[in-house]
Amino acid sequence: MSILFDKTSRLIVQGITGREGAYHTKGMRAAGTNLVGGVTPGRGGQEAEGLPIFDTVAEARAVTGANVSCVFVPPLGAADAIMEAASAGIELVVAITEGIPVLDMTRVAAYLKEHPTRLIGPNCPGLATPGAGKVGIMPYQIMTPGRAGFVSRSGTLTYEVVALLTAAGLGQSSVIGIGGDPIIGTTFTHILSDFAADPLTDAVVMCGEIGGSDEEDAAAYAATMSKPVVAFISGRTAPPGKRMGHAGAIISGKTGTAQGKVEALEAVGVPVAETIFEIPELTRQALAGLKSRA
Amino acid sequence: MKIHEYQAKDILRRYGIPVQPGKVASTPEEAESIAREFGEPVVIKAQVYVGGRGKAGGIQFGDTPELARAATQKVLGMDIKGLTVEKVLVTPKIEIAEEYYLGVALDRASQAPVAIVSAAGGVDIEQVAEEAPEKIIRKPIDVRWGLLPLDARNMLAQAGVPHMVVAKGGAILSALARAFMETDATLAEINPLALTKDGQVMAADAKIVIDDNALPRQPEYAAWAEPEEANPLEYQAKAEGLTYVKLDGDVGIIGNGAGLVMTTLDMVARAGGKPANFLDIGGGAKAEVMKKALLFVARDPQVKGILVNIFGGITRGEEVAKGIIMAQAELPKGMPIVARLSGTGEAEGRALLADAGLTWGTDMRDGAEKIVAEINQKAGEK
Repeated sequence: MSILFDKTSRLIVQGITGREGAYHTKGMRAAGTNLVGGVTPGRGGQEAEGLPIFDTVAEARAVTGANVSCVFVPPLGAADAIMEAASAGIELVVAITEGIPVLDMTRVAAYLKEHPTRLIGPNCPGLATPGAGKVGIMPYQIMTPGRAGFVSRSGTLTYEVVALLTAAGLGQSSVIGIGGDPIIGTTFTHILSDFAADPLTDAVVMCGEIGGSDEEDAAAYAATMSKPVVAFISGRTAPPGKRMGHAGAIISGKTGTAQGKVEALEAVGVPVAETIFEIPELTRQALAGLKSRA
Repeated sequence: MKIHEYQAKDILRRYGIPVQPGKVASTPEEAESIAREFGEPVVIKAQVYVGGRGKAGGIQFGDTPELARAATQKVLGMDIKGLTVEKVLVTPKIEIAEEYYLGVALDRASQAPVAIVSAAGGVDIEQVAEEAPEKIIRKPIDVRWGLLPLDARNMLAQAGVPHMVVAKGGAILSALARAFMETDATLAEINPLALTKDGQVMAADAKIVIDDNALPRQPEYAAWAEPEEANPLEYQAKAEGLTYVKLDGDVGIIGNGAGLVMTTLDMVARAGGKPANFLDIGGGAKAEVMKKALLFVARDPQVKGILVNIFGGITRGEEVAKGIIMAQAELPKGMPIVARLSGTGEAEGRALLADAGLTWGTDMRDGAEKIVAEINQKAGEK
């Protein structure tokens, strides 16, 4: 059934009448996603992209039975939108918005501790399950169904690597972009555990980057998995103290270096590709069961 | 966004945190008259966005107004880690008995602000954390009610500071946490918190970093932004809406998406080149943005060639190609440009570039190798 999202998912778009929300709603529909409505406060009762608009997520959920929400609300209102979805009982919230103040995200993190809602992002490209559709902004046409799970912190780098996998004939079970902010709802470790439990995934490709210690934590988890994991780390040449675009991609002191992450992964037998071009071959070996545990 | 010590102290005062009075001077004469106003010995402190000012000679004493003037003369114009000192803070000298550390920082692991206390203040806290982690007391802050004064006092007591500092410092730390949250900071530090010989507890130095993402709702602090001379290009880029980071090589790099640009830097380094910058044009860029980005990268005099690496999803290849061709007319003559586009509009973009005689990279690796080769070839011709 792949992870997080499948054909039974019922999606609403928060911020559906905004420029980004409207544009990507079309893209999600083209991918075959099961869209059931949109939310823009003040526009309830109207329609957008042929979908009913509601003023609140609670109403949208009551009428449509939505269980997944995609958030395109602008930065200063996005945290509230995420919490609104959680308060309405939405099971999975995918927050695409970039530039949410980090203090707002600390509030979201505290709020979500008391709600069962799962958050992906923010500042992420979303997720897709080839064959079932997508939530967010990923280019769906580059994907193909298959048995490799994919997870990354970035957007276009994800597309590059997924396109390489597809070109090499290696299909994907689900493709997840967890986002490049310092505080995100779902970490690599969460996604690895989802893929570990998914009967349709045989191996996982993880593309990390400098900053924080999420990749190191994921390495510790990967050591406990029976499915093979293949990794790539970007930012090997990034100097300390410089924020590389993503708010989270910064080496401070000795934490967050590419070298530390590569070492942590290799130490538990996870092969780390030197460049993205080695990822398909490592993935092929992993899928073939040539798991090289040290 | 970084702010100066005097600005950070202004914020602390608003939260009732004891801070020495102080005024900013940008000439020796001003410093002298400020010192005369205070009527007591003063400290002259360089106002630059880096730590380690003391070691660099950026902190001087002026026991008389004349000496304050002379000290300011020395400090102004001084180069501290690549930054030129343009103003100083003039503040009455205090007799410090002991120094402590109080801080609030964003903690990724606990997904919350975390309060930090150490009885070993006045020095680099990262060094203390590394050498004597037991001397650092940390507590995540519940953002719903902030850092309660009781928690702040408990932390100080645990750190082993004198009784009076537990009481006064507790109120200060709790106020610092409030300041952190209300200013949308990612870091707020008092280092040192000073216990003076006459028993006062006050912030002798302060550092606050404000979250760039929150500047739209913090207009007062947003207006404090000023260029860092060490990175004038980075400052200009921000003003023009580009995500640009200056590096020290000669290969200009432009891409869309932070992870992809970072990977492109790595690829250029593997091909034997040295990246001159990181520039992310973001998603859906039009030709005008592409042109602006190219001209911007070329403003760095070290740049000898530019690699453009675009994955076309919502960014269209022909827009990128048009932007490159538009920029070419205004770029230094003969500056090598290699473009690599994939995805939407790839064929159209490629045709436009071929007509304009520009080099094409078939993938990221090929593009990186070609730009490095072209730069080397040009260097060989000279």
